[in-house]
Amino acid sequence: MNQDAAELSLASTSSEMASGAQKVYVATQWQLMWWKFRKHRLAMIGGVVTIAIYTVALFAEFFAPFALTTYDSKLLYAPPHPLRLVRRTEDGIRLGLYVNGYKVERNPVSLARTYQVDPAMVYPVRLFVKGWEYEVLGLLPTDLHLLGPVDPDAPMFLLGTDRLGRDLLSRIIFGTRISMSIGLIGVTLSLTLGILLGGISGYYGGVSDMLIQRIIEFLRSMPTIPLWLGLSAALPPNWPPLRVYFGITVILSLIGWTGLARVVRSRFLSLREEDFVMAARLSGSNEMRIILRHMVPSFLSYIIASVTLAIPRMILSETSLSFLGLGLRPPIVSWGVLLQEAQNVRSVATAPWLLLPGIAVVIAVLAINFLGDGLRDAADPYSR
Amino acid sequence: MLQYMIRRVFYMIPTLIVISVVSFAIIQLPPGDYLTAMVAQLKAQGEYIDDSELVALEARYGLGQPIYVQYLKWISGILLRGDFGHSFQWNRPVSALIWQRLALTMALTLSTLLFTWIVAFPIGIFSAVRQYSLPDYVVTFFGFIGLATPNFLLALVLMWVSFKYLNQSVGGLFSPAYVESPWTIGKVVDLVKHLWIPMIILGTSGTASLIRTMRANMLDEINQPYVTTARAKGLTERTLLLKYPVRVSLIPFVSTVGWVLPSLISGSTIVSVVLSLQTTGPLLYRALTSQDMYLAGSFILMLSVLTIIGTLLSDILLAWLDPRIRYGE
Repeated sequence: MNQDAAELSLASTSSEMASGAQKVYVATQWQLMWWKFRKHRLAMIGGVVTIAIYTVALFAEFFAPFALTTYDSKLLYAPPHPLRLVRRTEDGIRLGLYVNGYKVERNPVSLARTYQVDPAMVYPVRLFVKGWEYEVLGLLPTDLHLLGPVDPDAPMFLLGTDRLGRDLLSRIIFGTRISMSIGLIGVTLSLTLGILLGGISGYYGGVSDMLIQRIIEFLRSMPTIPLWLGLSAALPPNWPPLRVYFGITVILSLIGWTGLARVVRSRFLSLREEDFVMAARLSGSNEMRIILRHMVPSFLSYIIASVTLAIPRMILSETSLSFLGLGLRPPIVSWGVLLQEAQNVRSVATAPWLLLPGIAVVIAVLAINFLGDGLRDAADPYSR
Repeated sequence: MLQYMIRRVFYMIPTLIVISVVSFAIIQLPPGDYLTAMVAQLKAQGEYIDDSELVALEARYGLGQPIYVQYLKWISGILLRGDFGHSFQWNRPVSALIWQRLALTMALTLSTLLFTWIVAFPIGIFSAVRQYSLPDYVVTFFGFIGLATPNFLLALVLMWVSFKYLNQSVGGLFSPAYVESPWTIGKVVDLVKHLWIPMIILGTSGTASLIRTMRANMLDEINQPYVTTARAKGLTERTLLLKYPVRVSLIPFVSTVGWVLPSLISGSTIVSVVLSLQTTGPLLYRALTSQDMYLAGSFILMLSVLTIIGTLLSDILLAWLDPRIRYGE
């Protein structure tokens, strides 16, 4: 029925055609995808949140109120306190961002500290405040921060502090950089492996296909976490943090490439028989040109969608490994490393806010999942 | 059918060999060999190990010989004598440590699988039949949250909640009285009483994804002409649903068992560490952090083998349930 309608409108004169329909006929594949993607509301939200998270990761120093090395030895496990706007003083109401200080009391029996927010202590807070110095992307020296106390030593712990009195908000912001980049780098690695092996498997078929398929099946049937644990426990403990970071990424992607390889293979298998590939072959294109010029563009959108869906899995894996202490290690700060502090009930009971990095994980994973779902639907020309 | 089963079992053999090689490689990865580590540890404790014993141990594990000889000695020890090597951290043979833990892991995994199915199944159907209703949105929302939450985070939150508000701890699989006792009916009952918390924690993400799958499958089937025919025939809505679309949508459930098992065992490793269950997780974790590699390698080997067997069973079950599966190549 739809087809009839389309033919009818084609048959009628072009002046009668609605301009919208005309636009659809001449739109490129990417434009069609974008239109379809735009209609997917959750995916749009996911996309915006994802971009925001990566922006935070890129400019972590600007967004973090305190440097990683800053700590307040008097305020260990200080609870979160809110940012306030309106202040009542004797001479009326004042507007302006500020936080209250803490009143510390020590329990004489258990020696545990209890914190009370003290309304008498007022520390003004300002947007675009000058604080500790850093270099934007390692290039531009500056000391500008999005939000911070006017007095750099004042306590402003919006999400509380950890066992060394370090600001949790700043640490989560810095953790964003590591956790989100390990997803990207890991996925890039597994994509390379996946396209290479999946491509060989799907394009050539035969023995290599059989072999690669067995490897993929094997890797998929292994329980991954024990395997990851085994491999990462084997990383030498004296490696510098940066090398551990790359080691972990390689381990994660060594097992993670199989899903992508399957997608690539199935696309290759179905495209191999298409007429346009045959035409290209008949007109004498070499294999590299057939693959790169004719086949890859027609499944690029699928690849992008499945890559997007692979990132959250990487993030979750890194978080789990680091949480157990077998992944990244301090001084590197990732969400998993931060959650390691909340490993037992005792510390969670004294400082429940130590679980907050977990919420960052959930938000990031949700956002990227929605984005990936939307991309996948948009990339599928048959979905409505 | 029988031929298919035999061929499928036959395919398993190379996979098992590769798994054993990988596990052995993991044992070998840390620098130094296990004997030097053991001797160093004994010396540190001020114990004396005499040379003849050392030589005997060296011969037993083929240390100092080429790596493939060591591998062959290790694997033949397991296959012929059930000898998995020696755990130097516990100073006991590995085989004495792993069996009960493996059994508990399997009990936890299988009951989680059942839980996942029992919950995901009706909710998935309901959510498809009442698409875009309020309950559907609620289920979808929680489904996404469940998918995005790491297992261990859920475990931590539950532990914190029960510690803070119920004032009891949720860790462990047994009450203290039963931990060391032999197996009795009382102990089994006690196990069941403790099992449900890890079961829920472990099952959440699986349940969430199965609900999504079930819902999508049902939505694909529910608008098919054959459903309309059945409705036109005058079947009640319930009979109609259960008799046709549900049956078709069930097939993916069986076919994914093979993939659900590995991820459940994976997940249970971390959850057990957090909840300190007496399953393989914590022991594997401790073995890995202290580089007690024979113990760790044996766990990885056995967990993988159990997973492969699970996958095999699900493949056979699937071939039996769905006649469309081709037995030939």
